[in-house]
Formats: sequence, structure tokens, C-alpha cells
Amino acid sequence: MNEVVVTGLGAVTPLGLGAATLHERWAAGVCGIEDGEGRCDEFQATDHFSVKEARRADRFSQLVLVASAEALADAGWGDGLPHDPRRIGAIIGTGIGGIGTIEANDQMLIEHGPKRVSPLAVPLMMGNAGAAAVSMRHRLKGPSYGVVSACAAGTHAIGSAMRAIQYGDATAVVAGGTEAALTPLSRAAFVAVDALSPSGISRPFDLRRDGFVMGEGAAALVLENGAAARARGARILAVLRGYGATSDAFHITAPPADGEGAAAAIVRALEDADVRASDVVYVNAHGTSTQINDRAETGALKTALGEHAAKVPISSTKSAIGHLLGAAGAVEAVATILALRARLLPPTLGLEEPDPELDLDYIPQVARPLELAQDQRAIAISNSFGFGGHNAVLCLEAT
Amino acid sequence: MADSNTEQIEQVITDALVTFGAEESAITRDAELEALDVDSLDLAELSQIIEERFGVELTSSDVAEIKTVGDAIDIVAARAQ
Repeated sequence: MNEVVVTGLGAVTPLGLGAATLHERWAAGVCGIEDGEGRCDEFQATDHFSVKEARRADRFSQLVLVASAEALADAGWGDGLPHDPRRIGAIIGTGIGGIGTIEANDQMLIEHGPKRVSPLAVPLMMGNAGAAAVSMRHRLKGPSYGVVSACAAGTHAIGSAMRAIQYGDATAVVAGGTEAALTPLSRAAFVAVDALSPSGISRPFDLRRDGFVMGEGAAALVLENGAAARARGARILAVLRGYGATSDAFHITAPPADGEGAAAAIVRALEDADVRASDVVYVNAHGTSTQINDRAETGALKTALGEHAAKVPISSTKSAIGHLLGAAGAVEAVATILALRARLLPPTLGLEEPDPELDLDYIPQVARPLELAQDQRAIAISNSFGFGGHNAVLCLEAT
Repeated sequence: MADSNTEQIEQVITDALVTFGAEESAITRDAELEALDVDSLDLAELSQIIEERFGVELTSSDVAEIKTVGDAIDIVAARAQ
């Protein structure tokens, strides 16, 4: 099977524009959450799009268009595509898709009747709109589609893209995740299902954690066939070594208490990567700040990594930006790669009162240098688990 | 009355095209919609606006005949009387 490497990164997050901004601000302890939500305040559509472009894309597509443009430029694709366009795909995950468009058009339907529902409603709200937008913008003519698996979608998208390159369906794929669901309906719906933090504070693994904080944003990674990337002299940021995906088959919104399905996904990702548990030097946790996730994930890590679970540093990006739902896995993959490359592991912000039942090393509050022995490789896993019982884990090695 | 009506139609259509992203200075009677980057989705939206404002229902074959801004104004003006 073909090797899959990462050659470009892009992100738009509540910490600001750009992948480097995400790493630098998170590592510095900056929190992008304000008034209980992680908004992308630095993103202004008019800075990036013409009037026509902006009104032809829901915010969730706009966010991933900006992240993708950054990733392509970062990969050195600014002057044109380096491979046959028919062999370059776009696979973009989302949890909900264009819910802002859905809500606006539903309002029109109720107030003014069906004739006022916009002809743009369908192309803007469909869950694959992000992938379509990226494909059209960059003229990518290989496989493109959306991936929908709630809060695991970004990770599933990257895993699916990895498989497409390994198998040879594509030479490169722009893979990522995007979400723009800070809207009245989705906010109310997440409150109704009792998932959101009443305090508005994201503090994964803390005793006082009381739910997740919603965020919005997007991230994109340029994944390439390793041989093709090296042949064009590309800068290799990381190798995507393994991917594991499983399902809980248990409950629509809750994992089993022991995190069995999540553990199986971690084990599968490590097997796929052909690495041992003891090779993992960092875990980017799903770490939502809900009681149930953080407990089940801790159990899953213990099951999957064995004794090494107590030794490996773990942190949650969601402590700094909230939960970006279908974008989370992609943003966290980007954050993981940059942390490994910088040899600096950003912290779990807000973790001040450890939960005695959660006894792993969650890198509380302050970033920690990553020190590697001479023969040690910079290998990490990034976990994502979604409503529906979807578990997806990536194993990455920074170069 | 007919003239002021036509002016009103012209204004509504111009405003719609600007909303769709066309440059206002490029919008003239002779301007081709294609040159203004107006596509089928824009025309579907324009038809909605025209129906709402003037009660004129344009069929898809009517819309297919519209090539220029003037064509759009004329067909609506003719039907609106």
C-alpha cells in the first residue's frame, strides 16, 4: 500500500486564523472561548470572498474554504496542482452541515410560505457542500464527498482520505472537517440533550467539568502519496501512519462506561500503524469536558495502552477552543502534528481540580516540552468519538 | 404610468443583480446576464423576487429566453400590465 504523508495544514479556529496561530496560542495558554462559546471572531467572510462567493456558501463551507486555501499554499500548491487533477480529491467531514441556512429558510417558510424558500437553500445546506466547495475552488477532479459522523467526522474524513491514497484511488486528497453550528436551533438542541456546559467552561478531566462548550471552525490537511510528494520535493510535515474506526453499538449519545469501542479504535490505529503502545509519545484526547466522555476515554486509554497509559502525556484541544463537532478531529490532527513538530505539547486548560477517578497525565494548564530519546520517534494518536457511537483514531508521526 | 412602472422594474432587477454580486456600473439594458456572472441559480432567485414584487410568474421557458438585463425588464413590464 502507498505511504501517506501530510504536506500542508490550514485552520480557522476560535484562537484565530491559521494553523500556526492555533498551536502558538494554545501552547501559550490562550483560551478562545468567550461567553461560553468558541466563535471564529477573526474570520470575516468579506476578507476572503467576493459577494457572489460568500452568498453561494454557508458559513461551514466558507470556513473550510479558507482552511483549505491555507493548506494548499502550505503544501506549495500555490502555483498550481502538482498532480493530475483527476487524482486529487476533497473529503470533508461535518457534524451538521449548513444548519444556519436551514434555519434561515425555515423561518422564511413559516413567515412567508414555500415560494420564498431560496433556490440556494439546498446547495448551501447539504452536508457535502464543504467538499464540493473545496473541489470546485481548486478544480480537484478526484474523489470528493462529505463525511458525516457527528464529532468524529473530521477524523473519519482524514482516515477515508488516507485509505483512498493508500489504495491508489487518489494521489492526493485535501481532507478535513468543518462546522458552523453556533445557531439558535443547534444551541437549543444540544442544551435539550444535556450535552452543553451550564457554566460555559471547557475543563476536560477536571472534577468540576459539566459538559462541552460549542465551537465553530475548520481545518484541512493536504495528504499526498509519499512517493509522489517526495518526487516533487515536497516538505513532509508528518506521516499518517494508522487509522482505526469502530462503533460502540451501544447508545445514540453515550459511550459504554469502560470506553470499549474507543479502546478498540485506538488498538486498531496502532496495529494499522505497526507501532506499539509504548511508541506513543502524546495523545490528543477527544476530551470533551463531559462527565461521561472523559471517564470513558480514560478507561479506553488504559485498556488500549496498558501500563503506558499512565506515562504518556495527554491533552485536550477542546479546553482551548471548545468542541468543534465535525471539525474537531481535523483541527486536532493539525494541532497534534504541530505539537509534535514543535516538540511542545499544549496543555489542558482549566484543569485545576483533578478528578481522582481520572488519574492519567493530562498536561494541566501549562504546555510541556516533548523530549525524545535519540532513537525515539514523534508518534502520537488523536482520538475522536461521536454521537452514534462512532470512534475514529489517527496515528501520526511527525518528521 | 407605464414609464414609472418600467423604472420600478428596472430598479428591482438592478438591485437583485447587485445582491447576486454583479457590479452596479456594469448593469445596463444591453448587458448580457452571462457577462454579469448571473447563472441559473441567480435567475431562479430573480424569478422569485419578480413574482413577489410584481405578481409575474416566469416559467422556466420564459427564463430561458432572457439573455440581457433589458430582456428581463421587458418581459416583466409586458406581463405586469
